Amino acid sequence: MGSVVNDFSIHVATVNGSGSQTANNVLLRAIFQMGIPVSGKNLFPSNIAGLPTWFTIRASRDGWVARRGGHEILVVMNPETAAADAAEMGPGTVIVANEAIALPALPDDRVVYKVPMAKLMESITTDVKLRRLVVNMIYVGVLAELLGIEAAEVERALLAQLGKKPKALSLNQAAVTAGMTYVREHLPKRDPYRIERMDATAGKILIDGNTAAALGAMFAGVTVVTWYPITPSSSLVESLIGFLERYRRDPATGKASYAVIQAEDEIAAVGMVLGAGWAGARAMTSTSGPGISLMAEFAGYGYYTEIPGVIFDIQRVGPSTGLPTRTAQADLSFVYGLSHGDTQFPVLLPGSVRECFAFAQEAFDLAERLQMPVFVLSDLDLGMNNWMSEPFPYPEKPWDRGKVLDDDALAKLPKFERYRDVDGDGIPYRTLPGSRDWKGTYFTRGSGHDEAARYTEDPAAYVRNMDRLKRKLQTARTLVPAPEVHGASNASASDVALVAFGSSHWAVLEARAELAAAGVPTSYMRVRGLPLPPSVTEFVRRHERVYVIEQNRDGQLADRIRLEAPDRAARVHSVLHYDGLPLDARSVTQGVLAHEGAAHGAAR
Amino acid sequence: MGRHDDRSRGKGRTAAARRDAVSATTTHASQPVNRLGLTRAEYDGSKTTLCPGCGHNAITSAIIQAAWEAGLEPHRVAKLSGIGCSSKTPAYFLGHSHGFNAVHGRMPSIATGVHAANRGLLLIGVSGDGDTASIGLGQFCHLVRRNVPVVYIVENNGVYGLTKGQFSATADVGSTQKGGRANALMPIDLCAVAIELGCGFVARSFSGDLKQLRPLLKAAFGHPGTAVLDVISPCVTFADHEGSTKSYAAVKEHDAPLHDIEYVPYFEDITVDYEPGTTREVTMPDGSRVYLKKLAEDYDPTNPGRALATIREARDELKLVTGLLFVDTQTRRFDQEMNLAEEPLASLPLERVRPPQSVLDAIMTSYREGSAPVGSGGG
Repeated sequence: MGSVVNDFSIHVATVNGSGSQTANNVLLRAIFQMGIPVSGKNLFPSNIAGLPTWFTIRASRDGWVARRGGHEILVVMNPETAAADAAEMGPGTVIVANEAIALPALPDDRVVYKVPMAKLMESITTDVKLRRLVVNMIYVGVLAELLGIEAAEVERALLAQLGKKPKALSLNQAAVTAGMTYVREHLPKRDPYRIERMDATAGKILIDGNTAAALGAMFAGVTVVTWYPITPSSSLVESLIGFLERYRRDPATGKASYAVIQAEDEIAAVGMVLGAGWAGARAMTSTSGPGISLMAEFAGYGYYTEIPGVIFDIQRVGPSTGLPTRTAQADLSFVYGLSHGDTQFPVLLPGSVRECFAFAQEAFDLAERLQMPVFVLSDLDLGMNNWMSEPFPYPEKPWDRGKVLDDDALAKLPKFERYRDVDGDGIPYRTLPGSRDWKGTYFTRGSGHDEAARYTEDPAAYVRNMDRLKRKLQTARTLVPAPEVHGASNASASDVALVAFGSSHWAVLEARAELAAAGVPTSYMRVRGLPLPPSVTEFVRRHERVYVIEQNRDGQLADRIRLEAPDRAARVHSVLHYDGLPLDARSVTQGVLAHEGAAHGAAR
Repeated sequence: MGRHDDRSRGKGRTAAARRDAVSATTTHASQPVNRLGLTRAEYDGSKTTLCPGCGHNAITSAIIQAAWEAGLEPHRVAKLSGIGCSSKTPAYFLGHSHGFNAVHGRMPSIATGVHAANRGLLLIGVSGDGDTASIGLGQFCHLVRRNVPVVYIVENNGVYGLTKGQFSATADVGSTQKGGRANALMPIDLCAVAIELGCGFVARSFSGDLKQLRPLLKAAFGHPGTAVLDVISPCVTFADHEGSTKSYAAVKEHDAPLHDIEYVPYFEDITVDYEPGTTREVTMPDGSRVYLKKLAEDYDPTNPGRALATIREARDELKLVTGLLFVDTQTRRFDQEMNLAEEPLASLPLERVRPPQSVLDAIMTSYREGSAPVGSGGG
């Protein structure tokens, strides 16, 4: 029997609220600590306890961290889904099952390991509730022994997570040992899957995007944070609160250099951001689709009155309540043009946890530079799942507070007009309430206003203002993060280009390798911000066929690209994935190959 | 003091000159000045565009007068409003203060954000009955619940003026529109709502009684939490007819003041003599005093249950009870609850808000070793 080393997926099926998260993280970290690239995807229901939940750990010696369609190893801990989960497993796969759970009849080429978990728990604790929580550690021990995950690394991962709770630690250790011992004594290995030490994760961290964004916001110097709880965004603000409490209180006095306000709804949350931004604070809120819908009116207000603010949208599946615990990229068009009237916003599109950290900082600088709300579009997959990353670099730049006139600056000016385009970049100067110099006083209003911020319904003044705002968006085009290009150095060698954004990146990287192996070399551009910089259309024009890969039904980024490069519209095709699961490489590869086959067929 | 010339042209003055003016108490050759050396005209705003005779204009002039008499520093005031006739008025007073005319019903969230960013600002919010009691009722309640320090003035006329006379949620049962249609729905009493939510300063007044409104406003300027002033302000165009319970005639007829109010600011050394048992005295946290002189009966404004009962009885008896309904100057403070730094958050320098590299390094280590807390899912 040949071996499959460091290249498979483990799919753990449990019940929500059963405490499996610690077990899954210990497994994930133990493999990571052995130097093997890993990723963890939590597939959870909109429920606190009782509904099925799954956790997938992918080990990939090649470093692929996107979801992999299909699994090699299944752990059955949930009787409700056992039959369906087992039915998905193909020939040669492994099923580790709690003996108490009935499995359907399976073909002989599935390797089934049954473990009497209840019996093993008997000697560990008599507490029934604890048994239910700790039983998950038995499959950790079983898999470690079966796959060759080093016991010392499991121990280390357990210690890191539970070191502060000695009683829980010893119980969990006992369960892991029981699982390992049972395998050694009763389950001879009958499968090819193995974990073997590598050196591909040294120095790396494992972190989720929401935590990364929270760190970015803290190091950006955020001072006012408002929010309304919503999955999958809540953990961003909850992480941020934890960091702020720890690192942003004066050690001597306990005084906070920040305010966190849990609002009554998302309308109030964004209103508070605009109030704080107007008064000069670095203010942010974080939400998901339904919250964005509620923020629409205030977003337009912020655009028209030119107030900075940062809004994170951790996208989930819509429309409406949709699938609240599943991932999507379907808010792009809505957020970009949020609110009535002619509005448009800078939208940053982080594709990694490192970019969640970096773009959070970028967003505050841009919002204050451009004097408008800036959106950061993440998603549930990026925000809530654990990703490997190089550690985040300390910010190199100070900060950009934009064009703010203080009393000293005002004293040198003959007059001040809030909405005058003095510099020709569409960005006016602003003053903050509290300035002593009366020259700086102005009235902020969402109704029509002229250069001096006076109320007006004058048609020419309205047009001048709207045209200036458009100029400001042109400036934004040059300031949002530039696209990242892969493999375009030899443009003539590839007629085919891929374009993607956000969390799709990782599946696209893997798909490029698969496509190259299938004889379809590609160049790839990852868009990192709206409005689209000119380099995007230039890239599109250099290729015969452009496949825009995104996690929505309607091809929202593809539409934007077609609008910006109408002459190439017919050559821009969509490869779409919108079932709520994180994007996998196979879907991308098959989508592109299907189009390519049609393209070649038509050519013949 | 020889600063009359530059004082009369506020816009041209330097910040330093204005700082000097803070201690000025002399009188301008032709115009009196307040303790900052500012004339009343320097508290004016632009010309009103509301209907002639609108009650809101009287309130605007009361705000100007009160701000001038109280010696508010214009640059430390932020004027906020929502949408509607009432919400236009911040443009008409304190032209040297920053103003913010928000979206409909959402001024409270703006105020909360402004306060969090710069708690050194005195916030004067002007709203209407539509803006507060309908579209903005939720935000109003939560503002009061948080006790964000805002002088929250509701210019209450029972109708939507700017959209031409539809009933608002404060219209009394049986009150009629111009065309004769009567309102059947229970009114929302914003003072009662505010008291229920723990508001520490709740007053009701009438735009036609500036003698009462001015001292109430000045006392509210010194209140450290949300101060709600529900000011009945007749709409001369859509609700001043017979059948409207908020017409000038109806309000004058039913107005039942609880007390005569006198206000003595902390910076004036004035002793008020009164007969024992005739007057109650309330000292505001800034040291100013409010004297409530007994009228028909001795009203105790520190008892919330009594205040609510008074509002309820007045409604049953078709009376408009005005005055300081409830006051509790010791309410918890929003900024203290958040334990905010002394300086405004908006002006903290980078080194105060960006932790050092060692902090990031320590955090990165915890995510490398797996000792950081594990994120959690949920629905």
